Amino acid sequence: MAVTGGVLLLYVVAHMAGNLKVFAGADSIDGYGRFLREFLAPVLGHSGFLWVVRAVLLLAVVLHMTAAIQLARRARKARPTGYAHRARVPGGYAARTMRWGGVIIALFVVYHVLDLTAGVLNPHGVEGAIHDNVVADFRHWYVVLAYTVAVVALGFHLRHGVWSALRSLGMGSARRAAAVQAAALGVAVLITAGFLSVPYAVLFGFVR
Amino acid sequence: MRYTLRVWRQTGPDARGRLVEYAVDGVTPDMSFLELLDVLNERLLLDGDEPVAFDHDCREGICGMCGLVIDGVAHGPEKATTTCQLHMRHFDPAVPIVVEPWRAAPFPVVRDLVVDRSALDRVIEAGGYISAPAGAAPDAHAVPVPKPAADTAFDAAACIGCGACVAACPNGSAMLFTAAKVTHLGLLPQGQPERHSRAADMLRTQDELGFGGCTQTGACTAVCPKGIPLDTIARLNHDVLAAALRSPR
Repeated sequence: MAVTGGVLLLYVVAHMAGNLKVFAGADSIDGYGRFLREFLAPVLGHSGFLWVVRAVLLLAVVLHMTAAIQLARRARKARPTGYAHRARVPGGYAARTMRWGGVIIALFVVYHVLDLTAGVLNPHGVEGAIHDNVVADFRHWYVVLAYTVAVVALGFHLRHGVWSALRSLGMGSARRAAAVQAAALGVAVLITAGFLSVPYAVLFGFVR
Repeated sequence: MRYTLRVWRQTGPDARGRLVEYAVDGVTPDMSFLELLDVLNERLLLDGDEPVAFDHDCREGICGMCGLVIDGVAHGPEKATTTCQLHMRHFDPAVPIVVEPWRAAPFPVVRDLVVDRSALDRVIEAGGYISAPAGAAPDAHAVPVPKPAADTAFDAAACIGCGACVAACPNGSAMLFTAAKVTHLGLLPQGQPERHSRAADMLRTQDELGFGGCTQTGACTAVCPKGIPLDTIARLNHDVLAAALRSPR
């Protein structure tokens, strides 16, 4: 859970940083897309690098979901009879929504790939014209809304996920617990803000 | 004062249980929750009914025998308090109180509110000990222990093994219990020889007994009558990882 989550987090950080190239203009983000497709092309072929990344991500997602399902099934087996009077889990909103939040994120990724990778669900949908596709998307308030829901869900997922993963790996005992808490919150806020900056910049006309 | 209780009644391990409502009269604010059940049981006996079975022993908050889920919270609404040290002044007589046993597959209900917690003994047997040379007791100052280690170990050693962590955990995990023992022994010089195998063996046994996996919700710490910190779980994970990396088992 922690290791696959860490792999996915590394990707999410790189993805978020890459997105910010939208603010440097159409040439910058489209050029970045070409660079990713041609990266290590002599060795891996055209788009080869992207396919390697996609394969790693798919494997990480499958293992991450497998671990989550195993944990959920163990939890159900460990308490066959529930409480008549159920109290709230005091771990906070982020901890309570890990499982269904994860499902929301998974469904969003399917939509997101069809939208901005395959271009099928994109109103512009021209391969390689990343800037124009993004702008065409986020002119619509409902697309921005869908992305907002998913990114906020991702933020909550990371808030508990980063904290939990670091502790699963044995970090954050006693003295460093506060640092681990702060790191988890910081990562969650940065990723959420970074991802949301693009759709809202388009919606309010800063990027056109 | 009169309180209304909805108590889990179950005649045996395989019987079907249900919540039964009782009105209890003559309750004073300074009675403990167990004394409330005593008052109820006296009346049930006089009426020729079966008394409500519940675990208890010292009634001083140190033995770990008592434990009830009161309105969905293990050991009731007060922080760092065992059920026997919980007083009726914290309850509103107008609101019915729901009383249930610990709920976890490794803690089968024996009768009413009594559950069998021997699974925790199995976890201790798997590694919750130190290998000490037999013979005369060593001098108290023969093995130096750093003060911070002694303090943290002592905090973890305060675990009374009541099982509230399991009862509260949404995953039914015994991680806080196991981590308390691993932290207690793993911080002291006497616990070093078995430090990593202890963590790995106790965790594996806990999993085999049917406890759930930890997802760091913190529900355990919130109800722990001894305030065992969640940090102990990070320490357990650290030692389990070290065990996996160090010795090919």
